[in-house]
Amino acid sequence: MVTFSRDRVFEILGTVPDPEVPVISVVELGIVRDAAQRSDGTVEVTITPTYSGCPAMFEIERDVVSALEAAGAPSVEVKTVLSPAWTTDWIPETAREKLRKYGIAPPGPANDGGLVTLVRAKPPVQCPWCGSRNTTLKSEFGSTACKAIHVCKDCRQPFDEFKAI
Amino acid sequence: MAKHEEEEGGIAAGEAKAGVGAVAGTRGPQLGAPLVEYFLRLGDDRLILGHRMSEWTGHGPILEEDIATANIALDLIGQASQLLKLAGETEGKGRDENALAYFRDGTQFRNCLLVELPKGDFGDTMVRQFLFDAQSVLVLDELTKCGHAELAAIAAKAIKEDKYHLRHSSEWVVRLGDGTDESHARVQASLDRLWRYTGELFATDEVDRAVAAAGISIDMAGIKARWDTIVNDVLGRATLTRPADGPMQRGGRRGRHTEHIGHLLATMQSVARAHPGATW
Repeated sequence: MVTFSRDRVFEILGTVPDPEVPVISVVELGIVRDAAQRSDGTVEVTITPTYSGCPAMFEIERDVVSALEAAGAPSVEVKTVLSPAWTTDWIPETAREKLRKYGIAPPGPANDGGLVTLVRAKPPVQCPWCGSRNTTLKSEFGSTACKAIHVCKDCRQPFDEFKAI
Repeated sequence: MAKHEEEEGGIAAGEAKAGVGAVAGTRGPQLGAPLVEYFLRLGDDRLILGHRMSEWTGHGPILEEDIATANIALDLIGQASQLLKLAGETEGKGRDENALAYFRDGTQFRNCLLVELPKGDFGDTMVRQFLFDAQSVLVLDELTKCGHAELAAIAAKAIKEDKYHLRHSSEWVVRLGDGTDESHARVQASLDRLWRYTGELFATDEVDRAVAAAGISIDMAGIKARWDTIVNDVLGRATLTRPADGPMQRGGRRGRHTEHIGHLLATMQSVARAHPGATW
């Protein structure tokens, strides 16, 4: 029987791209929380959803299963946990750099400083294309739940921001 | 608030004999039904409001708002899915979140009336969203600290999303209220029309008292006071006048709905009912 240590599973899943942000893996996103192999050989993977209604979660689950099966896992079981709630703070610096190069501004710190923030008081997000901070938020809701849309007033490019959550 | 009305309703007959569900033993046999009822209320609010928001898809006033309303709908329906799943597991009768969403009739829904009203114009939608969001973040904040672990986990996730919703809806209320004469007048009219549905957001009854035994004890009076602060602040910035508290419309928590729920469910449930069990 092929054995799958926790590290080995994380290594394999580190090659599975996020379906919506293919430049980073599901491990780098912090979606994969844990992995263990049961005595019958089944590899158990624990994942956490990014957003409550994120439609990519089904695809991620499927991709996780097929990646592990391709690596020789006899069977795979994916479990979903909600606690602790997913936060963008789990995305490592290396992955943030990949996002930036891809044209997505990486998320700032998730602590938004209070329960109710009535007026947007966050500093402008740095443009991933030209590095300017002379940018403006166009919409807090972008092409996917995890992204917001900004526009750079210097290089005139619109760009996505990975929302801090 | 008619006291007898609160007491007579409560747990619907069908739900009253509900089983204890997955964690039997840790919750007393009498606790199952009120817990199911409580989860349905939380889930149905978000399911129905999510459906109303999804009605904007393809009809938003600008592209960004088309995307925003669709995103908010997605969040709310995702939250509803988790809450209804929890309701179904707690009930223990084999109904999952899909069965609860698509195969219940109007009288079995437990959402507040505010969320089922037609979406109206964009101002109506944003005022309604704001009034609900402000209540929702405060309720979820309390629930993250409650003694029911699964509910606390759902709340901890949902509140992150709802903070965005509240910021979005409150900014629109300010923008429209403090906008042109036309937008101001229309949003004031929305507020005046919707105000009578806000009382139900804070009403408590025997279900709330019963679930306290499961560690879910929410201080609604405290939440109402905090909600007043948020609402007064935003309405002030929006140069809108807060309506006087008159008689409040309610009944949704006990399955007594407006005529709009039937039309809403007909749309929402038509595919699932025409093709029961279909998957694709």
